[in-house]
Amino acid sequence: MTLALQLGIIVGYLILALAIGLVAYRLADRTAEDFYLASRTFGTIVLLFTTFATLLSAFTFFAGPNVAYQQGPEWVLVMGLMDGIIFAILWYVIGYKQWLLGQNHGYVTLGEMLGDRFGATWFRGLVAGISLVWLFPYVMLQQVGAGTALTALTEGAIPYWAGAGLITAFMILYVVLAGMRGIAWTDTLQGAFMLVVTWVAMLWLLAVVGGPTSATAALEAEAAQHLALGSDHYTPQWMLSTAITIGFGVAMFPQVNQRFFAAGSRTVLKRSFALWPILCVLLFVPSFLIGAWARGLDVTIPEGGNVLPVVLAEYTPVWFAALVIAGAMAAMMSSSDSMLLSGSSYFTRDLYRPVLEYRSDIQSISAQREDFVARVGVVIFATASFLASLVNPATLFELGEAAFSGFAQLALPVIVALYWRRTTRAGMTAGILASQAFYLASLFTVVVPSAYAGWTAGMVGMVLGLVVTVGVSLVTTPAADEQRALYFDGLRAD
Amino acid sequence: MRHLQLVGWLAVAVVLCTLAIPWFLWGDSRTVAGIPLWLWWHIGWMGLTSVVFWLFSRRAWGLGIEPDGATQAGNMAAKTETDAGGDQP
Repeated sequence: MTLALQLGIIVGYLILALAIGLVAYRLADRTAEDFYLASRTFGTIVLLFTTFATLLSAFTFFAGPNVAYQQGPEWVLVMGLMDGIIFAILWYVIGYKQWLLGQNHGYVTLGEMLGDRFGATWFRGLVAGISLVWLFPYVMLQQVGAGTALTALTEGAIPYWAGAGLITAFMILYVVLAGMRGIAWTDTLQGAFMLVVTWVAMLWLLAVVGGPTSATAALEAEAAQHLALGSDHYTPQWMLSTAITIGFGVAMFPQVNQRFFAAGSRTVLKRSFALWPILCVLLFVPSFLIGAWARGLDVTIPEGGNVLPVVLAEYTPVWFAALVIAGAMAAMMSSSDSMLLSGSSYFTRDLYRPVLEYRSDIQSISAQREDFVARVGVVIFATASFLASLVNPATLFELGEAAFSGFAQLALPVIVALYWRRTTRAGMTAGILASQAFYLASLFTVVVPSAYAGWTAGMVGMVLGLVVTVGVSLVTTPAADEQRALYFDGLRAD
Repeated sequence: MRHLQLVGWLAVAVVLCTLAIPWFLWGDSRTVAGIPLWLWWHIGWMGLTSVVFWLFSRRAWGLGIEPDGATQAGNMAAKTETDAGGDQP
């Protein structure tokens, strides 16, 4: 009954997503800008929820409540600070400036924007290449997760390779068809859905156990230390390091960064910016409280299992639990499709196209041709990460797990470039390479430690990147083809 | 004047980040209506942040990004601007 219901809901979701994709396909212009950015037309609700759903889906349903169950609900503070405040400030500092530059110069990717300013195609390729080093394994992890979940759901009836393969095939079909517009529309439905079911789940649970006071009393009897702010796990250094690295990392994640270019108007950016903290807290509080309260309830969480499904199965009707779990899997897929689209845009625009132009001496490729190449890029990217997910090599696994901190290393050099005219190409190159090398070394070697008096290597790497970018810029002169005024003069919203 | 404004808003941003986690309640386990007091603080703080962000978007949007003069004109224009180009699902 549950299995049939869950599969029914997943299949229903897939059909709905495809239908939305078809509508989006019929509306689309056949250009790369439309495929990647929906021709920069997003309204407030769509921009807000597509960013929201892309950013938060799987973690909110599974990992978040698990952490709250094991360590206490303090994660909600880290999430609020990093996503609700730090990311929102970057939404203005990086996002609004990027949007203006995108409006003025037609940029589609971060690498394109930086390559233009620093006058080098290889620099554009460097930024895209580094981004893909972190994005590719992260996409692979989503496929591993989805494949594993489908196998667990069907109790082995669908083997892992078939589960991951089916989901990959569906995502290719969907992304190639729908492009950014269709993805953003399904994200909007999904974001609203996540918000509603999380609240209903919490209220349902509270109605059964007798309200928040009795739920908290039960938690106090079981693990009183979870109610006090802070613990050996949640130290101030750890909370701040995590909030800062992830908050900055999110702004550099291709699927989030690219959404800065897609806003329809400055009013859209302003409204989304003001609503963002409220939206975050509305989702995090119920989802983390369910996890925290579960500790005091009479439920047994299997080793390595997720808290939320067990709690829902115990306290809510079968159909509702099935709806939430199937929704969570669909949410996982909705994050992956955005990553796939952005990953392919970095690959085709910043790596493939410059090489092609260089080799064949063509100055520009027609819009239709580029649109076609963009869709082929999606197929290549998804297939490659699927094949990798079958092997799931340890190195890629570790890179995927560390992706947020890896992307965070890019953020400060980019902010320096956006706001300081004296930034030079040599400074940017040195800052980006030094911080990436430092962080990678902290992951894979014992020479570079992973913690510094409680602060993480990701955090130390960010500071290193900032210092090197500024320092090297000060002692070098700009290359002849750098456009130093590009990010400053004539920036107007109209 | 604009310099002062910039420094002021930067200070506001730092304060918003700093107090999102109520450090002064460290180790405190008091609860109100079944929710830890520190969580109530956080919920209220996020609400306040939204209000401050809204004020910023009305009064100072463009600060530090658009050239001087453009910001003020832009914010005036924005008051009459309709949400053109907004794509809805």
